[in-house]
Amino acid sequence: MLRWILGGREAQSSVEKTPVLCIGEEQPKNWFTELQVLKGHFDIVRFLVQIDDFRCASAGDDGLVLVWNVETGEKLLELRGHSQQITAITTFKCSNGLTTHTSLITASSDRSLSLWDPDTGNRVQTISDLQSSVKCLLVLERLCLWLSGGEELCVWNKEFQLQCHRQNHSDTGITALIELPKNCVAAAMDKEIVIYRLILSADSSVSVAEIRCLSDHRDQIRALININDNLFASGSHVGELILWDAVDLNILAYEHILWEESQSSPHAEIRMGAPKPSEMSIQHLTTNGKLILAAVGSGLYVYSVETKTVVAYRKVAHDSDVLHTMLLSDSELMSCSEDGSVRIWEIQDLPLPAEPASAGFFGMWTFGRSGKQTGPPSKKVMDVPNIRMLELTGDLIGHSGAVQMFVSFKENGLVTCSTDHLLILWKNGERQSHLRSLALFQKLEENGGL
Amino acid sequence: MIGSPDVVAFTKEDEYGQTTPDPWASIPEEFSVPLHPLADSNPWAKTSYAKFTKDFILISEFSEQVGPQPLLTIPDDPKVCGTFDLNYFSLRIMSVDYQASFVGHPPGSGYPRLSFVEDSRVVLGDSKEGAFAYVHHLTLYDLEARGFVRPFCMAYVSADERKIMLQFEELSLRFSQASECLKAGNRRAFAKELQRKLQDLEYTHSVLQKEEGLQREAGPQSMYSAHAVEKANELANVEKSIYEHRDLLKQITSYHHRPRRDPHAVTCQKCMSECLSECEELLDKYAKLAGPYSYTGKVEEEGQIEDEAGEDELEEEEEEGIKRRPSYTPQLIKAKSAKCFDKRLKTLQELCDETFYEASVELLKETERSFRGDLCYLHTRHLDRVLRRKQRVTNFLFEEEIGDEDEDEVGTIRPFCAVNHTVDNCTLLNPPPIVLGPEPPEESTDPLDPASETSQTLESELGLVDSRLESSPSDLTLETQESSEETKGSFSSGKSGIKQNLAGMKSEAPDPDSDLTPDPDMERESSSDDMETTAGEDEGENGGDQTPVSLLEVVSELESSRADEGEGVTEEVCDIESDLLVPIDTACCMAQEGFLYEASAPEAAPHLGQSSHMQSSQVLVVNQEPQALLPVQDDYTVGSPCSESPAAGLELPVGPLADAVSRASVEDGSDCTMSASTGSDRAASPLGYGGVVTLRQRKKAGQGALRFVRQYPFAMQALWCLLSGRTLVVLGADEGRVRRLVSALALFVPGPGKCGERVQAWLCCPFSLTDLQRWKLIGLQRVASPVGSSMLYSLSRYSRYISILDTDQKTLRCPPYRGQLLANIADHRTYIRRGSTYFLHIQSTLCRLAAKAFLFTFTHHLHLPVSSTEGPEIVDGRRRCFLQEQLGLGEEDSQILLYLSQLITQQYLQPPTGSSAAAPCFAFNYTTSVLYKI
Repeated sequence: MLRWILGGREAQSSVEKTPVLCIGEEQPKNWFTELQVLKGHFDIVRFLVQIDDFRCASAGDDGLVLVWNVETGEKLLELRGHSQQITAITTFKCSNGLTTHTSLITASSDRSLSLWDPDTGNRVQTISDLQSSVKCLLVLERLCLWLSGGEELCVWNKEFQLQCHRQNHSDTGITALIELPKNCVAAAMDKEIVIYRLILSADSSVSVAEIRCLSDHRDQIRALININDNLFASGSHVGELILWDAVDLNILAYEHILWEESQSSPHAEIRMGAPKPSEMSIQHLTTNGKLILAAVGSGLYVYSVETKTVVAYRKVAHDSDVLHTMLLSDSELMSCSEDGSVRIWEIQDLPLPAEPASAGFFGMWTFGRSGKQTGPPSKKVMDVPNIRMLELTGDLIGHSGAVQMFVSFKENGLVTCSTDHLLILWKNGERQSHLRSLALFQKLEENGGL
Repeated sequence: MIGSPDVVAFTKEDEYGQTTPDPWASIPEEFSVPLHPLADSNPWAKTSYAKFTKDFILISEFSEQVGPQPLLTIPDDPKVCGTFDLNYFSLRIMSVDYQASFVGHPPGSGYPRLSFVEDSRVVLGDSKEGAFAYVHHLTLYDLEARGFVRPFCMAYVSADERKIMLQFEELSLRFSQASECLKAGNRRAFAKELQRKLQDLEYTHSVLQKEEGLQREAGPQSMYSAHAVEKANELANVEKSIYEHRDLLKQITSYHHRPRRDPHAVTCQKCMSECLSECEELLDKYAKLAGPYSYTGKVEEEGQIEDEAGEDELEEEEEEGIKRRPSYTPQLIKAKSAKCFDKRLKTLQELCDETFYEASVELLKETERSFRGDLCYLHTRHLDRVLRRKQRVTNFLFEEEIGDEDEDEVGTIRPFCAVNHTVDNCTLLNPPPIVLGPEPPEESTDPLDPASETSQTLESELGLVDSRLESSPSDLTLETQESSEETKGSFSSGKSGIKQNLAGMKSEAPDPDSDLTPDPDMERESSSDDMETTAGEDEGENGGDQTPVSLLEVVSELESSRADEGEGVTEEVCDIESDLLVPIDTACCMAQEGFLYEASAPEAAPHLGQSSHMQSSQVLVVNQEPQALLPVQDDYTVGSPCSESPAAGLELPVGPLADAVSRASVEDGSDCTMSASTGSDRAASPLGYGGVVTLRQRKKAGQGALRFVRQYPFAMQALWCLLSGRTLVVLGADEGRVRRLVSALALFVPGPGKCGERVQAWLCCPFSLTDLQRWKLIGLQRVASPVGSSMLYSLSRYSRYISILDTDQKTLRCPPYRGQLLANIADHRTYIRRGSTYFLHIQSTLCRLAAKAFLFTFTHHLHLPVSSTEGPEIVDGRRRCFLQEQLGLGEEDSQILLYLSQLITQQYLQPPTGSSAAAPCFAFNYTTSVLYKI
């Protein structure tokens, strides 16, 4: 039960806004010094999935799925078949003994599901005339099953045969699905998280049973992720971040991110009322097991799973809503936003003596399960050494529209997709130049000289 | 531009004329042209006794009616040959009796035989006229001509005998190609003519037969009347004529099966087979028609039919020839003789198929074009091309497209067709076959002086030419030997003529009256006598563009240019510039006037020249005769005797990309005067319109680049941006100014693409990242509308990838550049005044850069570890060391090299055919920009 009340408005603008907006052109830590623009889509590109070490697939509102070679930037395949926008895409790994074969499952607004072979470009399976369009997909590799969520929850086997389905009572439908231990899945439906258990009977038929409904969020759940085998997290539209025990389904931690005005200056400050929900909306959650990175409005928020405390945050990380985030390492993270930029951040220790004012302006309550929403939270100023800074180390500017998503291929580069119909492949210029030199001397050898 | 042939004339005395042994000294006496006897007069006087100013190609025929007559000259311009007597010269060149083979009826053959005469090649000299010529004789078939043949000759006429001798092989090759083309067309036309004739004869035959039949019906008594006998004779004659013509058709068809002695006489297979099939078709047709006459006119039978009256037949052929029909409507042929001299002989166009004629003329034009300039120039250009061909890996960076022509060695047999059957061969140039030396040393002693470098390479090359010259006589053919003797014989008279020619030099400007028309019916004229031309006529003759600039005009233009250049140029510099400039243009003007002021030039030079370099070169050019530069036809000619125009030597053969050459001379001529004027009003170059950027356009852009460099103190930074691969956006409201600037700066865009694809001259809409990736130089419109604001938004958004040159506010926003590498080409106070000079200066610098980049790219240990124990850091260190210490490049200069190296690597790795599916890479780095102001 903490609450930080720090700083004033002036400090906010000087410390937070200014450095964010002006990183300048000198970016020594930014190693993305080469780019390739990948063209092929005709509409907003919304999804990127990594197929293997060098391939990725992109899908968007034009119903196209394109497979790219990330090393060369070549477009390998065009998977055509959906007549409307793609609503979900996922990889489907099927291992038969030694080799694993990766396929792609796509769902579209045309109420069809397709299975594609990204090696040949064949549409291996397709199911059309579903009752509703599918909003999310979940592959249970262990069981060789996959689930589709929308207005109904369906369970399919790898031959695209419907195993069972379950109608939902919620009108918004399932927006996110994650896998839980003991053959359970969690489905986010509006404000609730519903836990289902898959029951595999001896004759290999599958049935689904609802075992729990977690309705602790006060608003629509926007993000639902696995943290590790025992934990999962969910984020809501009003900035609630809840850590759940995956087995017991208990709340382990409850954070409410408010980005709130300071209450230490009770005089004269005109409260603008509650912050607009979209400013606190948790758009995206990502984790590396130790840290949770939440995209909250146009800000970023790093939460430690172990200590269940805030590690670092920045209220205004972008000029507009953050759409996708990623933790590159324990200290580096990346975010993309509607403002068309991708930013690279580093979690740095505050320079000592730290300015307490820089710690920011959000309110956060931590509740135990029992103490849920009871009474005003007691205030406590957080220890300064525990909070660290998110320092902008670089930004990638190239897209002319919102950057919807990105996928990192480690040293091979980064793929971003955007509403401007483009994908951009960002690479390390030095490494690429080295690779080209290698290729040059190889060709030189093959040709036997110039 | 490895060789920069234009720079040749700048050669210094001690580097060229004296330390090297005279490269021509070892020429056998009969090949050498005597130097001008008067040491104190003009060094180019040698050419002065020739009555023409430029080399040209002359086509003549030996008309059976009027004797030798000139048909046309290439270039087809009466000015070209000046007062040179073409009629007389035609007589000279046609008087060589080369047709040793029998024409007409060979003994023992009943039918008239077509003579298959091989072409002959002769070098002739007429020292009195000061003309030397490579003469190529050929014969064309004409049904109406005596012996069915019409002798023609094509001659390459030059004042420089050595040029012809050294280029003999190549001339021979090219003229053979033209000749083969003409002959191929001629065979077609001949076959067609035969066809018509046969139709006429068949028709006549049928009419006669009908008449005879009527007579037969009329009664036996009339069978023996004189009239009937006459008719019968007539019929027999017609029949005989049919056989003969059929035989001719057969002969012409068998033409291709004849073994050819001539190694150059390789014709296009397609033309050949086309012609062959056409002829065979005709043959078949007439073999069939022959049926009704009971002679199943096949080969064997026709051969058996004998006819005695060979000679008469010939005459009859000629007489009947009058009735040549343009259509296929058969006409009755009357065996009535016409006067031989009444008939009109077919013109060359009629003799050859129109397309073939055009193609041949085109071929000859190209030959003329490619042999422009003096030997030295040709030689340097050849070296340049050969070197560039060796440097295929880096040529794309800064060199213009060289084309893939003549992979094979010169002189080998190439299937050639001018009528576009082998597309890759037809439009391309062949370089003159001057022997190639080893590559010139890459490292120049003085990196600041491109001229000295060039001269060094030249020196080393000329030594080799020397050895070639010694061996050349043995390479030449028999005809050449003969003719050289002839030349020698006539020299005595030639020498006497020199002096008087010199005296009359002023009046020897081209005679506008000596109009030579290809029409042989035109009255012949002897133009050599009426030398009524005055120097004043020179001024108008080049269409106004080349109107010589008088001294005053130059000065006034200088003033205006100085004013235009504004505050960037200090007064002092201006003074020096004007001093420097005046003598050059004075000389230029004096050249217009011929030799009158020639002597004053050297006196004027010493006190005018502020730069010792300029001065010395100038003095040298006027006083001393550099052996290799005898007929200097060059940009830098100070006192060129080519009094006709200052532009005489300005035409660089610009390769297959050249425009019509006649236009080239005019525009280049204007470039000459441009050096003193502002150049701001020049038309925007066609950059960005998708056209191929020619060398000439690039040279014109050189003027703009020079202006840019002189006008903007931050030009160096702008050039660095372009060379290091950072996209430069030229922002401005005035389209013309932006376009001019873009076309000038395009010279510095590495790897601009064949049509300047990496350059966008004028853009009116906001650009995106893909545009930045595609274009390295963008001209952007500044507008004050909402579009403009979004444009400015894109400018600021992508500001990290671009440099912005604002032409309205005269600012440049780009990363700071502190290197020294570009100081040489972006010298604010450069003494270079001419665009073309500056262009060559740039080219040589860029060429050196490209060579360094090549070295860097392909040096293994700079990129890869030598042993497995080495880490990437060691390789990095080695690379840095190479760049900094061995090449002496700073941080920013290294970026240029790294970028060029990247381009070379990408080019090398590119699949040879087709573009790869992968999107192009766009590399950049994150550095802060600063704003430069004037």
